[in-house]
Amino acid sequence: MSAIAVARQRTLRVLRDERFLRALGQAVFAIAVVLFVAWCLSNYRDRGLTFTFRFLREEASFDLAEGMAFSPVDPYWKAFIVGLLNTIKVAFFGIIMATILGTVTGVARLSRNWLISNIAGVYIEIIRNTPVLVQLFFLYFAVILKFPSLEDRIVLPGPIFISIRGINLTWPRPTESFAYWLPFLIGAVIVAVGIYAWRVLLERRTRRPVSRLPWTFIALAVPLLGWFLVPGNPLYPDRPAVEGLKVVGGTSLSPEFAAILFGLVIYTAAFIAEVVRAGIMAVPRGQTEAARAQGFTEMQILQLVILPQALRIIIPPLISQYLNLTKNSSLAIAIAFLDLYAVSSTMLNQSGRVVEVFLMIMAAYLSMSLTISVLMNYVNRRLAPVER
Amino acid sequence: MKARSWTIVSLLVLGALLAACAAPAPPAEEAPPPPVAAARFQTILDRGKIICGCNAELPGFGYLNPAGEFEGFDVDFCKAIAAAVFGDANAVEYRPVTAPERLPALQTGEIDVLIRNTTWTLTRDTANEVDWAAVTFYDGQGMMAPEATGWKTFEDMEGATVCSTTGTTTEMNLADAFRSRGLDYTPLLFEKTQDTATAYEEGRCDAQTSDKSQLAALRSAMEHPEDHVILDVTMSKEPLGPLTAHGDDKWNDVVRWVVWGMVQAEESGVSSVSLDDMLESDDPTVRRLLGVEGEMGTSLGIPNDWMVQVIRAVGNYGEVYVRWLGPAGLNIPRGPNELWTNGGLIYAMAVR
Repeated sequence: MSAIAVARQRTLRVLRDERFLRALGQAVFAIAVVLFVAWCLSNYRDRGLTFTFRFLREEASFDLAEGMAFSPVDPYWKAFIVGLLNTIKVAFFGIIMATILGTVTGVARLSRNWLISNIAGVYIEIIRNTPVLVQLFFLYFAVILKFPSLEDRIVLPGPIFISIRGINLTWPRPTESFAYWLPFLIGAVIVAVGIYAWRVLLERRTRRPVSRLPWTFIALAVPLLGWFLVPGNPLYPDRPAVEGLKVVGGTSLSPEFAAILFGLVIYTAAFIAEVVRAGIMAVPRGQTEAARAQGFTEMQILQLVILPQALRIIIPPLISQYLNLTKNSSLAIAIAFLDLYAVSSTMLNQSGRVVEVFLMIMAAYLSMSLTISVLMNYVNRRLAPVER
Repeated sequence: MKARSWTIVSLLVLGALLAACAAPAPPAEEAPPPPVAAARFQTILDRGKIICGCNAELPGFGYLNPAGEFEGFDVDFCKAIAAAVFGDANAVEYRPVTAPERLPALQTGEIDVLIRNTTWTLTRDTANEVDWAAVTFYDGQGMMAPEATGWKTFEDMEGATVCSTTGTTTEMNLADAFRSRGLDYTPLLFEKTQDTATAYEEGRCDAQTSDKSQLAALRSAMEHPEDHVILDVTMSKEPLGPLTAHGDDKWNDVVRWVVWGMVQAEESGVSSVSLDDMLESDDPTVRRLLGVEGEMGTSLGIPNDWMVQVIRAVGNYGEVYVRWLGPAGLNIPRGPNELWTNGGLIYAMAVR
């Protein structure tokens, strides 16, 4: 064999070596990434762009009418916070409500009652198979914007106003004597915790199940007593009233907030329902049958036997539904709700700081998503079965 | 745990990358400078028609009607220029252009003249290498409200909810207008103009703000246009007019003098109705304008009866205004677009 042939063979052997190919692949990829970053950076420099967050301290000079009080003289960073809090508000209430609605629907889907099970089925199929943006538009423009005008508002006892300008409710507000009443509220919490601990101890001592939560309601007597002891009323009802073109007093729920909240809850709950159904169906049938044979009621079977086991299967996919709800809240811009993305896009337009603002948006959503993941993974670990 | 932190790191890196690449698209400066500019006027004369960039979606200004023809206030100026240069108002090829592509289309020589509700600003004038010829419409941010409110000024609107489209200077002008007067209001910002209009029409807000021309166009599409009025308040300057590419001054001269000729015609009482009588007029201004004496047209490099052709084709400035923006059209009060002799801003340089 000639020297050339040997050399060629050696080269071939190297080229066919898996370790070499892997290293080569990674090197090529790394170079591509570096070139890509360099290209982006040079583009950035060529445009004469500078990277700075100094604009955040400048006056925003636009108005935001949703959430925390904001005026045009406030700086950009405050506008960002307003948007962030609005998004968190939607995500927080949305997750709670979607979980409740989703669980109820998922259980209803498995009901042995034909009507209940089919109503749940139709709801799930319609909602899951249409785009969420279309649903939001429908809910906002075709439902909420068809409410009566402020002049012809629906007035419910309370008073509660329902109109195209939103829902205005009577709201309790603290008066000057609230400070005297506050210790009674704190006292109530301490008493409630005390009662609960006592019931738990009692259960351990007697080794017989006793009811705990209902007993804690006794603690309510403390603030009630305080109400009569403090001078004047610590709270007064702040009633909404129409003054000119707007409603003053009370608390309000804007049509845009209602639309994004209910829209996302209805959408996400349909997915959660399927997750719950799958979780329940994964619990072996023998478990239900055994419980039924022992005389458990249907409700008890669900509460004590099925859900605790199903929960372990439900939680991991549930996390991704929570993340979806949080991220979908960025669709709020389409229906004029001032969420993080809507506020940021205004900031971006006014300041011209595209890269900086987008980085802030991404960082904010990323931290929200990671927070939800961390919390839910913690819950998941706590619920993991104790292996015996 | 390690896998997750890697995921996070890689996400952050990817995010930073995407952000860096989100930098605005390269400006047109990389394109070769338009070589056609200097000879544009000759090119047009040789071609036998002008290519006019216009809007196809703004009723009243530039709009493709159901019959497939372009029509509107801006389009009439395209016709007027064609009539002046070729004696034929139909010697125009219309090129509908969108807002982002309109200035590059002019710079690259794809169109000869852009007449598409384009605001004259310093940045555009300098950065995009274009030249405005004249102002044909003084627009400005206005306010539309139901007629039943009887509102006249901002002070009447205390506490109102105002709908607007986000992402423009509109919301800043709005905030300034109310803040400077110490008035309370609630803004409601939508992403799309059509959604803003729907929300206003449904009564979600008490008023809607945008450029007056835009408000008028939106109103014309409403179910009951007569129930809504555009208040006589202005929050910003938006002078609109035709523009040509930087560097072809002769062509720009033709465009601007056609506009000013139409203004002068209205001022001197020359209209499509009175044209034949006016050809006999003794007024030296009218005689020069219509080419009865002097060489106004010839010195522009076009036929000396240029204004006769323009008036015959589209009429004077006032006639064009009334046709599209008058009570039968978008119904925008003339306001600043009234002749200077009537207290407006429309003023022609001296035709002599």
